[in-house]
Amino acid sequence: MSERFRILIAKPGLDGHDRGAKVIARALRDAGMEVIYAGLRQTPEMIVEAALQEDVDGVGLSILSGAHMTLIPRVVHGLREAGLEHVKLFVGGIIPDEDVPALEALGVSGIFGPGASTEVITEFVRQRLAGS
Amino acid sequence: MELATQALGGNRYALARLISLVEDDGAEARAALTALYPRTGQAHIVGVTGAPGTGKSTLVNQLAQSLRERDQTVGIVAVDPSSPFTGGAMLGDRVRMRDLAGDPGVFIRSMATRGNLGGLARATRDVVKVLDAVGFAVVLVETVGAGQSEVEIARTAHTTVVVEAPGLGDEMQALKAGLMEIADVLVVNKADRPGAANTARALEMVLDRSAPRPNLSSGDGETRQLWEPPILQTVALDGSGVPQVLDAVAAHREHLRASGLWSELERERVREELLSLLQQELLRRTVARVGEEQVQAWTAQIAARQVDVYTAVHEILGE
Ligand SMILES: Nc1nc2c(ncn2[C@@H]2O[C@H](COP(=O)(O)OP(=O)(O)OP(=O)(O)O)[C@@H](O)[C@H]2O)c(=O)[nH]1
Ligand SMILES: [Mg+2]
Repeated sequence: MSERFRILIAKPGLDGHDRGAKVIARALRDAGMEVIYAGLRQTPEMIVEAALQEDVDGVGLSILSGAHMTLIPRVVHGLREAGLEHVKLFVGGIIPDEDVPALEALGVSGIFGPGASTEVITEFVRQRLAGS
Repeated sequence: MELATQALGGNRYALARLISLVEDDGAEARAALTALYPRTGQAHIVGVTGAPGTGKSTLVNQLAQSLRERDQTVGIVAVDPSSPFTGGAMLGDRVRMRDLAGDPGVFIRSMATRGNLGGLARATRDVVKVLDAVGFAVVLVETVGAGQSEVEIARTAHTTVVVEAPGLGDEMQALKAGLMEIADVLVVNKADRPGAANTARALEMVLDRSAPRPNLSSGDGETRQLWEPPILQTVALDGSGVPQVLDAVAAHREHLRASGLWSELERERVREELLSLLQQELLRRTVARVGEEQVQAWTAQIAARQVDVYTAVHEILGE
């Protein structure tokens, strides 16, 4: 069976811009994935619940608020607690270089800055979901 | 099987995995459906359909909250189209269902049509069966607002809610004929916008309640009360009018029960399912027995006018 990836795209935090998240969601859809778009102001608990109900292979978070160091650990722990440690986590947004090692240590599979092209992100996500 | 047992025990991740299996089809899914089938038939299956952007998801969000206030558990299946070119899909209905987060009495699943036409995915019915079997009292199914004939949802649901909105313009007129036929409850959503009353009036005219309608007669010669689809206005954004929609949905269920239509519909549905599965399976077996090469050989002969298609079918079936 050809693999049909399901990925959840969510925008945690309180800031109201989801343009970036939508662009990535569309790119992933155009790459043949089933994208569950959860939209704005998602709490870590909501993200974990949606990932579980939708049985996704990956979760992509768009974080511009600077709250990544509080939000991402909560999502990681929530996924783990729900038995979803296999779900790959991707983060896009403004993430300072010095935070990257800590996020990678948490098990985040990919971190993309505002300059990353959708082609690069899509290909990276596809390969990670395929398990390479 | 293991998954089915766990899902029945209330394990939500097992339920989610089971739904994925059913979506992907295969032997394991069929075994699970076999195990679950005796437990189905309890849920009230409610379809929510209508043109794109009329507010179906927003309304489903409200209906589910009202149902929860009435102590009923709710499974939700929200269907969106897959791209025929890439197979990808944007499943965006959850955006409108934030209010349902964190409620263990609600389970929301987004589904892509995966090439199926008619507003539902091939596996939607089986996914509904799974939600029914694990005990959700009501299963709400939001279809693709394709604007084509939406008969599939009417065949899947006990009660079909058709959602309209004011100011959709003339293309809506074209939708109505087909949609109105399947509507058990008509909702004019976005009643906060100008024109809602006009839309409701227009629908009233299409329904043409004054026209004499034949009464269905049951086998024993009694005539049955016909269901008159109510036209209700809602503001799904704030929930106004939603309890009335729910009352109408519940009344329709009672109507189906009291009139005996519930089990009649059930038998019709089952028969159709049985015949369509038989069709698929017989076709698969026949092609497997004859072999793809033979099918191609027959195709070439028919195209070359050496034999006609009826003769070919008789020959292939060995008649
Ligand atoms: N003014 C007003 N807007 C509404 C109402 N209900 C929904 N909307 C808005 O209408 C838009 C579409 O709502 P959805 O619930 O996504 O509509 P839908 O029918 O599910 O859309 P598709 O799934 O894309 O076909 C959103 O911007 C909603 O906020 C309402 O009662 N009044
Ligand atoms: Mg919708």
